[in-house]
Amino acid sequence: MNSSTTALRPPTVDHLSALLAGQPLPALSPWAAVNALRERAQTALGALAMPTLRDEAWRFTDLSLLHRLTLQPVLSAGELQPADVAPFALGDTAAQLVFVDGVYAPKLSSLAHEGGVVVTDLSTAMATHAASLEAQLGSQQTLGDNVFAALNSAFSQDAAVVLVPPDVALAKPVHLLFVTTQAGTISHPRCLVLAEAGSRVTLVEDHVALQDAAYLVNPVTEIVLAEQAHITHVRVQRDGRQAFHIANCAVSVGRSANYQSVSVTMGAQLSRYHLSVVLAQGAECAVDGIALLAGSQLADTHSCIDHAQPHGISRQLHKCIADGSARAVFNGKVVVRPGAQRTDSAQSSRNLLLSGRAQIDTQPQLEIFADDVKCTHGATIGQLDVEEIFYLQSRGLSDSAARQLLTYAFGAEIVERIPVPALKHQLQQHMLAQTGSQP
Amino acid sequence: MINPSSPVLIEVRGLCASINGIDILRELELTVRRGEVHTIMGPNGSGKSTLAKVLAGHTAYEVTAGTVQFEGQDLLAMAPEARALSGVFLGFQYPIEIPGVANSQFLRLSYNTLQAQRGQEELDPLEFDDFVREKMKLLEMSPDFLDRSVNEGFSGGEKKRNEILQMALLEPRLAILDETDSGLDIDALRIVSQGVNQLMKPDNAVILVTHYQRLLNYIVPDFVHVMEAGRIIKTGGKELAVELEKRGYDWVSAEHEAAGRAMTQEVST
Repeated sequence: MNSSTTALRPPTVDHLSALLAGQPLPALSPWAAVNALRERAQTALGALAMPTLRDEAWRFTDLSLLHRLTLQPVLSAGELQPADVAPFALGDTAAQLVFVDGVYAPKLSSLAHEGGVVVTDLSTAMATHAASLEAQLGSQQTLGDNVFAALNSAFSQDAAVVLVPPDVALAKPVHLLFVTTQAGTISHPRCLVLAEAGSRVTLVEDHVALQDAAYLVNPVTEIVLAEQAHITHVRVQRDGRQAFHIANCAVSVGRSANYQSVSVTMGAQLSRYHLSVVLAQGAECAVDGIALLAGSQLADTHSCIDHAQPHGISRQLHKCIADGSARAVFNGKVVVRPGAQRTDSAQSSRNLLLSGRAQIDTQPQLEIFADDVKCTHGATIGQLDVEEIFYLQSRGLSDSAARQLLTYAFGAEIVERIPVPALKHQLQQHMLAQTGSQP
Repeated sequence: MINPSSPVLIEVRGLCASINGIDILRELELTVRRGEVHTIMGPNGSGKSTLAKVLAGHTAYEVTAGTVQFEGQDLLAMAPEARALSGVFLGFQYPIEIPGVANSQFLRLSYNTLQAQRGQEELDPLEFDDFVREKMKLLEMSPDFLDRSVNEGFSGGEKKRNEILQMALLEPRLAILDETDSGLDIDALRIVSQGVNQLMKPDNAVILVTHYQRLLNYIVPDFVHVMEAGRIIKTGGKELAVELEKRGYDWVSAEHEAAGRAMTQEVST
C-alpha cells in the first residue's frame, strides 16, 4: 500500500546497499519457482531504498537505530535441544514447526498427520505439492515493492508451509515457532499458508528469542483462503528487548471465507507489523491486536483491510498500552473499492498511556469508493480512570495493584480472543508480570 | 441499637472538605458508636455523598480542616486501601464498571487482600467459589454474575446487590452505604436490607445515606441526621425520618436558622 512512497527515492545515505553488502545470496534452490522469486526480489531491491521519516507510512518510526547495527547473515542455525523450546510449547497441537534463526529444525518439529494436511518446510512440501505452492509463493500483490518484503523474498532460506485440503477442519492449532538464538544476525522467516475451500485451521505464528542482544528478524507471511475457508491466525511477537522486528503479512480472503486474526506485540525495541487483508465477495475478517510496551520500546502497526468486492464484513479492534517512554503507532486503513456495495466495516483504536513520557500516535483511515456501505471508525487515547482506581482501592487494593489490574484488564480483552488456552495463559502471565513491574 | 456505654467507632470533628476549591463540608460533627445504625438525609447538594467519599478517602476531595478518628486511628492520614483494610467500607452510589476484570476475580482479590491483612487464610479459586456462592444465595443473585466483568452491563439494582455482596464478603466494621437504596424496586430493597441487617452485629456500625424514608421500613435507624450546606443541622430518632418524609426539609432548615439567630442575639447581648 505504501510502496510508491518507498520506491525510487535516492537516499542521502544508502542504508539498503550497506545492509545488502554483507549478505551473500542464498544457494540456488532445486526449485525454479523459488529461484525466480529471489531473482525478482533482487531486481526489485535495486530500485528500492530504506524508508525514512519522510515517508508517510514511516513518519513515526525511525530506523536509524537499526542502521547503526552491523548485521550478519545466519551462517549456521543455532543448535537447540527440545528443552530449549519447551517453554514456548502450546500443549496439544496438530503440528509444531520450529525454525531456528530462520532455518527449519526438523528435530524440534512435530508434523501433522491428519486428513492430508501438510505442515512442513518448503523443500519437503515442494516435492509433493509443487503446483499449488509455485502458484502462490510470492504471489500476493499487496507485498508489492515493500523493501523489507523484498529483502525477505531475496534472502529467505526456507519457509514454513501449511496446506489444508478442501473441507478438512483441524481441531487443534498449528504452531509455527520462530526462534532467534544469535546476536547481530538478520533472519528472514517466511510462512505460506493455503487453506483450500471449506477448510478450517487455527494458526499460531510465534516469534521468540533465546537471547537479549540486538538482531533483526524480517518475517513475511502469506495466507490464502479459498472459498469458505476459515483461518484463525494468532501472531505473537515476543522477541528480545533489543531486537528489531519488521514483519509483513498479506492475506487473501476468498469468497465467503473468514479470516480471524489476533496479533500480540510485546517484545523488541523496535517492531513493525504491516498486515494487508483483501476481501473477496461476502468474505469476513476480524483483525484485532494489542501492543504492550514499556521502557523505550517502539511498536508500529499498519493494517490495510481492502474490501475489493461487495458484501464483505470487517471488524478491527486495536489496542496499545504504552508505559515509560515507549511509543506506539497505529495506522489502520479500510478501503472500500468501487462496486464493493453492502460492505460492513467497523474499526476501533483504543489506547492507554501509563506515563507522561509515553506517546501513542493513532490514525484510523477510511477510503470509501462505494455508496451503499456501513463503515464506522473511532479512536480514543486515555489514562487509567481515577474513579476506577478509587473503587478498587476502596476494596483494599493498593494503588499499584489497582493500576496493574486495570492495565491488565485493558489488554485482556484482546488476549481473551485467542482460542488456544495454553498460549492465552502464557500471554496472560506475561502481561501480569509486565503490568506488575510498572511503578 | 443505642448503647451509650458502647465504644466510639468513628468520631468526626470539625470536618471541612472541598473539591476544586469549592467548600462542600463545613465543620461537620458526627459520632458513631459500635452497634449503631445512623441515617444521613438531606436535600441534593447538602454534602451527603461527599461525606461518604471523604471518609473512604477519595483523592479528589481536599480535607481543609478537622479530624476523623476511627477506632483510635487518624483515618484522614490513611490511604483509601488502608481504610478498607481497617474495616471501612463504602457502598458506592454509582458502582464503577470495570470491563475485562471478571467479577469473581475482583471479589476474590479483594477478599484475599483483607484476609492477608487480618492474618487469616486466603482462599483459592475453588474454595472462594463455594464461599461466594453461599453469600450470593442470601442476596438472591444468580451465579452468572461471577463470570461477568465487574458491574459491566449490570442493571442499577444488580450493581447495588453486587455492592452488598462485597460488603457481605468483607464484613466491615463500619459500612457507609451511599444511596444504596436509590433505583431499587421493592424486592431488591428487601434483599439489600437483609444484607445490611445481617452485617449488623454489636461490634459493627452502619451509616446509611439516603433520600427516602422507605429504606427505613426495612432497616431501623438509631439516629437520623439531616444535612444542609455541609453540616448536620438536626439529629433525631427514627421518627424524624417519618416527619421528613411528610414535611420535607424546609422546616428543619427554618428551625436551624431561627436557632442560629437566637444564638447570635444571645452572644451579642
